Amino acid sequence: MSEIPTDPIAIDVGGLVQSTVASLYSHLVTRQTGRAVRLAIETRLADAGRHSISLIDLSEVSILDFSCADEVVAKLLQRYASDDVTQAFFVFRGVIEPHRDQIEVVLARQSLAAVAETGEGAFELLGVASIDEGSAWAELEARGRLESRQLEGEPSRIAALESLVSRRLAFRSPVSGSYHALSRVVAHLI
Amino acid sequence: MNVISVPGSLDNQSVDAFLDAVTNEQEERVLFDARHVRWVDPNGMLGLLAAGSHRARTHGTLPVLQVPESADVTGYLARMGFFEQAQHHFEIDAKVPRRSSGASDVLLEVTPVEANADVHAVVDRVQSRAGTILTKTLGYPATAVVQFSVILSEVCQNIIEHAEAPGWVAAQAYNWSRRLGRWVVVLSVMDMGRGFRGSLTDEHSARYGDRWSDATALEAAFLHGLTRFPDSGRGQGIQQIRRQVRRWDGAISIRSGTARIGQVPDWDDTPPLVEGMLPFPGAQISIILPAKEGGS
Repeated sequence: MSEIPTDPIAIDVGGLVQSTVASLYSHLVTRQTGRAVRLAIETRLADAGRHSISLIDLSEVSILDFSCADEVVAKLLQRYASDDVTQAFFVFRGVIEPHRDQIEVVLARQSLAAVAETGEGAFELLGVASIDEGSAWAELEARGRLESRQLEGEPSRIAALESLVSRRLAFRSPVSGSYHALSRVVAHLI
Repeated sequence: MNVISVPGSLDNQSVDAFLDAVTNEQEERVLFDARHVRWVDPNGMLGLLAAGSHRARTHGTLPVLQVPESADVTGYLARMGFFEQAQHHFEIDAKVPRRSSGASDVLLEVTPVEANADVHAVVDRVQSRAGTILTKTLGYPATAVVQFSVILSEVCQNIIEHAEAPGWVAAQAYNWSRRLGRWVVVLSVMDMGRGFRGSLTDEHSARYGDRWSDATALEAAFLHGLTRFPDSGRGQGIQQIRRQVRRWDGAISIRSGTARIGQVPDWDDTPPLVEGMLPFPGAQISIILPAKEGGS
């Protein structure tokens, strides 16, 4: 059995906007458009199985408003955070500076956090996280993977990593029990 | 037929009194005398459209519009696309100039907003023009065009999500040399819908009891982010618009019904809350973004 029992999926939001709202625009604006894009993403994930890891690519999106950020980021995360049957993980790609404020605002409003590529090859944890979660995420992101044996006798580090897993901000392999940084899991898609 | 005189200067400072005069006029047939208009900004243009639309809706006949005598003003109104919209709400008493199809100095022509696609089109249309005006004229950073587009999108969505009736948007840059000593961008959005009080009454009026009014409804939405939707992700549009306008030292105000509420910067002396105006349908939003000091 594979260490990571799922093939990550790349979802191009710019393309979804054009196909979903049947227009030539690549702006991710209006709640209606955001809702349509979110539903299209959910449709893609419906057949993904119990575990899924998705790279939500915003690289081709030039304008992202708060209403769309709420639908495509916050509501998407909320939808799967409350799902006990499927475990869906997300990494947001192409979160350039002009998108950042909108995403951080909608995450903060719902006390959510998300892993985002904010520069070429640079990943950040955006939104709301505790100090322990932030430290654990930064360590995992720097190392890419943490084996169970590396954490023996360190219950607080384990607790922080488990919290990240439960918030779908890190992946724990059901095979080895190792923790994986989401950025590394989707690296081959970038 | 009674005559409603359009103020010589029809802008964000005079539009409320003008709308009060329109509401106060009970005669079935009216003529809007705009012959002496010398100055009109997006708030004035949309206010005039709202006035004509309101009269036509409540009295069943199109009011007559006497266009400004000044060729400069009629030419400007034509460039702003005013007459294309006005012909749906007025009998226009004269031949008016057509909008040129060539290059335009207009930031955003008077544009109807009725559906989702209209907001996409508006955001798309301002990209190239807003970039130049915001950076070169107002001295804002290059990324400001995105933030301006986000404001535009959120403020137009207010029509679609809450008004349940059509509206318009328009924007233009002006040199307020005497009033402020700086350039400004004036953005106006107006609709003929049910207004903030109408949108919020079912969900929120009970907790306010006898205090529920246009003013408290505006305070609820503008200051506290309340919305008719139970979803906690909603209601942030106006909050985030206010935040960005404050960052740019701008002014934003919203009239709905009998009240107007505003976020007033130091350079503006308008009161933050005005009550007791005559009831006018929908919502009238004005945003003024000044150039950075020393930036133009």
